[in-house]
Amino acid sequence: MSNIESTHNSYIIQVKDLTKQFGTFTAVDHITFDVRRGEIFGFLGANGAGKTTAMRMLCGLSFPTSGSGTVAGFDVMRQGEKIKSHIGYMSQRFSLYDDLTVMENMQLFGGIYRVGKKEVYSRATEMLQKLEFSSERDTLVGSLPLGWKQKLAFAVATLHRPEIVFLDEPTGGVDPITRRQFWEMIYQASSEGTTIFVTTHYMDEAEYCHRVSMMVDGQIKALDTPTKLKQQYNATSMDEVFRTLARGAKRGD
Amino acid sequence: MTTDKAIEINSLSKSYGKAKALDQVTFDVQRGEIFGLIGPDGAGKTTLFKILVTLLNADEGTASVDGLDIGRDYRKIRNVVGYMPGKFSLYPDLTIEENMEFFANLFGVTVEQNYDLVAPIYSQIEPFKKRRAGKLSGGMKQKLALSCALIHKPSVLFLDEPTTGVDAVSRSEFWDMLHNLKKQGLSILVSTPYMDEASRCDRIALCNTGKILDIDSPSNMVEKFDGALYGIKSHEMYNLLKDLRGNKTIINSYTAGEYHHLLAGNGFNADVLKQVLLNKGHKDIEIKSITPDIEDVFIKLLSNEQH
Repeated sequence: MSNIESTHNSYIIQVKDLTKQFGTFTAVDHITFDVRRGEIFGFLGANGAGKTTAMRMLCGLSFPTSGSGTVAGFDVMRQGEKIKSHIGYMSQRFSLYDDLTVMENMQLFGGIYRVGKKEVYSRATEMLQKLEFSSERDTLVGSLPLGWKQKLAFAVATLHRPEIVFLDEPTGGVDPITRRQFWEMIYQASSEGTTIFVTTHYMDEAEYCHRVSMMVDGQIKALDTPTKLKQQYNATSMDEVFRTLARGAKRGD
Repeated sequence: MTTDKAIEINSLSKSYGKAKALDQVTFDVQRGEIFGLIGPDGAGKTTLFKILVTLLNADEGTASVDGLDIGRDYRKIRNVVGYMPGKFSLYPDLTIEENMEFFANLFGVTVEQNYDLVAPIYSQIEPFKKRRAGKLSGGMKQKLALSCALIHKPSVLFLDEPTTGVDAVSRSEFWDMLHNLKKQGLSILVSTPYMDEASRCDRIALCNTGKILDIDSPSNMVEKFDGALYGIKSHEMYNLLKDLRGNKTIINSYTAGEYHHLLAGNGFNADVLKQVLLNKGHKDIEIKSITPDIEDVFIKLLSNEQH
């Protein structure tokens, strides 16, 4: 973790009192936190805690009702479009086009993020080589196993070399070996300086993160390294920490 | 017919075109047992469920549920099983109450008749009984689907990934409900992609791409793990993994959270490894012997398959 501390205290996300109301319902209630550059940041919470709403605000998809802050250097209150073009995003539902080939998907998304044609081609070729996946470049994405689709979706989400990638439950339903390969990709991206912001229902995956936040009823109830959270709550696993915090939740999903 | 087996499966196979969804699957579920089918997407879990509840025909093999043959006695089977499919399949335009009454009617019973069985689950959503099913939260839909699957008092319950996408606390509460049903004499076949739920089952089958890798109780599965497993961490986890992969005394190493896991091979010595890693520039190295969990077992079985 020392590689993060040495990045001169620079933050990729800084938000203060971020709040989102839908009518009289406060989905996200004054959340304040920072994410360091290159950090793997786990964003956890029970169903209905407000994670998705918070994530949508951080990704520039929804404007906060009140609060302030920046993501990748842009204002969350005003510069949603700028934020969108400077981040990577991978949704929990598979987001590539089934009836395009592997390479066509990469070209499409590269184009959307305005990466030049030649550049897309060379980056895509390099990525497929790294994934040992070059032989499948002309395969229709729909015919790939789920684990491969997820790895490919991560590659596509980082094709435009964003400083930060948001991953919304990226490993649901994949086998343990693929799940670990996916986390290896995350470690690798992080070691190359990309910030990872990830949500998951697998509590063991929380232990992969440098720091973890726990949302309960719209608020961040805890934020620290997994080791310190376990000490603080006298728990042997993040699962136990989560249970202790989420048991008190009033909101269901 | 009486038998001590709730489910008997013999060499079931099923293909969709060239893809083998089930490949010679054989196992039994005892009466009053919670049997877990544990594996990722594509393991064949849903196909097996559909064949056992007689919604799909197998290509080869035989099976019986509650002593009834899935081919010859398919109509009888439909009366004695409760089935909760992976996809929410209640009527979104009917209210909670209407869905319950509808399913009770289909089986020729009334909600009142079997209320005791569903009460521990149904009472949690009953205050909202006038709400349409389509407007319910994920956790409430799950409880309603289970109530509807139970209302005719089945002898064998089939639950296809009932906890997928549900948070850890709600998942744990759902398993408490299953244990209550077991006490009432139900036999339960349940599938899940979450390996941490294995410990809540009496016995489990680990499965992948249509094949059963092993069947046993969760504790036996861990006990018979053959090999020494260590947890290891340093200040640079990604490089650590690369360095472990280059070491000849290590059979396998993979990410596992705060610590990577490594399976020790011939000539492995933790102190020697630590020195090697120090020389490579790693700091804050910790190596400790650990007990495998179900995921470690699964990974070992899968690696054996692939090699």
